[in-house]
Amino acid sequence: MDHRTPDEQQLVQWLADMNEDDALALARRMLLDEHVNPMRVLELCRAAMDIVGQRFEEGEYFLPELVLAGEMLDTIGKMAKPLIQQGDSGASRKLGRVLIGTVHGDLHDIGKNIVSFMLDINGFEVKDIGIDVPVQTFIDEVERFQPDVVGLSGFLTLAFDSMKETIAAFEQAGMRHRFKVMVGGGQIDETVRAYTGADAYGINAVEAVNLCRQWTAAAA
Amino acid sequence: MQPTHQAPLAHHGANPPSIAGTAVAPPGPPVAPPNPALQARWQRVMDCVALREPDRMPTGLFMMFWPAKYGGISCRQQMYDQDKLCELTVQITRELDPDLCTPTPLITGFGNLLDATGYRQIEWPGHGVPDDRPFQYLDREYMTADEYDEFLFDPTGFYYAKYLPRVAAAFEGSQAIASVAGASYFDVIYNSAAFANPALQASMARLNTAGQEAGRLFACAGRLMGQLAGMGYPSGVGGFAIGPYDNLGDYFRGATAMMKDLYRHPDKVLAAMEKMKTLTLRRLAMQKPMLSSPLIFIPVHWAPDAFMSQKQFERFWWPTFRELLLGIIDMDLIPMPLWEADCTKRLETIRDVPPGKCIYWFERTDMVRAREVLGDVVALRGGMHPSVMTMGTPDDVDAAVRHLVDNVYAKGGRLILDTAFGIPDEAPVENVRAMYRAARRYAS
Repeated sequence: MDHRTPDEQQLVQWLADMNEDDALALARRMLLDEHVNPMRVLELCRAAMDIVGQRFEEGEYFLPELVLAGEMLDTIGKMAKPLIQQGDSGASRKLGRVLIGTVHGDLHDIGKNIVSFMLDINGFEVKDIGIDVPVQTFIDEVERFQPDVVGLSGFLTLAFDSMKETIAAFEQAGMRHRFKVMVGGGQIDETVRAYTGADAYGINAVEAVNLCRQWTAAAA
Repeated sequence: MQPTHQAPLAHHGANPPSIAGTAVAPPGPPVAPPNPALQARWQRVMDCVALREPDRMPTGLFMMFWPAKYGGISCRQQMYDQDKLCELTVQITRELDPDLCTPTPLITGFGNLLDATGYRQIEWPGHGVPDDRPFQYLDREYMTADEYDEFLFDPTGFYYAKYLPRVAAAFEGSQAIASVAGASYFDVIYNSAAFANPALQASMARLNTAGQEAGRLFACAGRLMGQLAGMGYPSGVGGFAIGPYDNLGDYFRGATAMMKDLYRHPDKVLAAMEKMKTLTLRRLAMQKPMLSSPLIFIPVHWAPDAFMSQKQFERFWWPTFRELLLGIIDMDLIPMPLWEADCTKRLETIRDVPPGKCIYWFERTDMVRAREVLGDVVALRGGMHPSVMTMGTPDDVDAAVRHLVDNVYAKGGRLILDTAFGIPDEAPVENVRAMYRAARRYAS
């Protein structure tokens, strides 16, 4: 683990502990007054998100903490990104690409947004294509984005059929073998998974990350 | 306890002050002689509520858009053709023969009322979703974080000035009503000028039209429930309520904003929920004379295990919800919260209610576990998961019923068998028939 200054340790701790006011004030001071390298600040944010993710896995943190963490990350990101020098971005290697969306007919997105956030902080390149996504849009986005994993989200029972249709369309388009499919949402269980033809279902965002890790490691 | 048979208008010795002069046709059944079949079904359910063993396991019937599937019509037709919806409801109830039936017009048959009010919080067939899809709620911030103080100071004023016009177009123009508080003496008569304002007049005219439409809806529901009562079927839903946290989180702040409020504005959240609880109980007290059943349906959204920590649940979610349940019980009504998703970790907490007064309806919580933890406190409703109802075979459904009978009902659980949140819209008719058949076969 690299050496951290007291301020850097404080930032990580305050972010991880959901101390929003102090964390944002410190981040602002570090970025705008002390001109700390913005890449360093973002790295510290990711370290804090690792702790948040761990606490979520351990059952200490739940949705409110993930939502607030996402917002803090967003706010600091907006402060930091304009300060990043050209050529400095040094994009870290991503573990894989995940395309995610809520299937057609369903407008729910909280679960999907949490999964996107968790995948992102765990090193995946995530493309979230929103809600009520038609089958053809999924197909077009798969062609464009070339994901390793496709995540289909849905909360209502009508989503079962939409997921089945979407996966069947992947088959018909001859692309099904190129990626794994996971499904998730309030009413999903093994029966639904089998019905839709998905490879797996995630009971929560942590499971979704584990599935993606397993699949991308196996494919590597 | 018998269902209320009195003609609701007979109760109106004095109109409740908040709705003086309301001409709403209430949903209660017309006066009718006692019906033995109705009494037997109701007794079966009331035995469960009182934690007594009934003569057999009762079944409930709740439906969102399943009538459309059964009748081969679109969701849009179900929402707009009240006669057809009532006809299908009667057919379905007669065929499945449950112990509790559904006032379907109040659940989905209000398309015309949505149009008349210009309601904005859902998309529905013909208005944002296709004709063959159900309506869906639009999760948004309908109240901002800096409006907590306004709501807390004067909820009615906030409703008229900001909230109602945001959620229903018919209220646009009525904002001036909010500012009358504080007027006295001649300022009261000067304030009359506000009522001649053309925008307010237009809003009042629109609301009058909507009010007539609401009257038609209630009359339709009243006729249906009267017909079903005459056939021997008591209503499974008399009134509605929402828990204070869910009310604020779903319909005012929005889901994610509410979660952030727990950290950013915890004291305001607590104060706002206290107010919501009082307002909800006041509305129920007003509606009580018009209810066709004492069962108060309370969909519960934010209690599930995954949505907040146990500490947050015990600090924010449960206290005012429990007070709501107690308030409903004090009114001699029967709270019936439907605990959506998996609330297994909450069971020990939510058993803290007076025994023999509530029905807890569970969507995904394991019913066997629910009976173990709170079977001596509340009647249970539900148990049949959407996946087996939608994707299983009739034999799978039969086995699922058998499992519940053997492991919940036969073990002393006062179970009213039902589907998790009503019959899933896509459930094959044969599966639904299998469920009610199995209930009679295994638990008579």
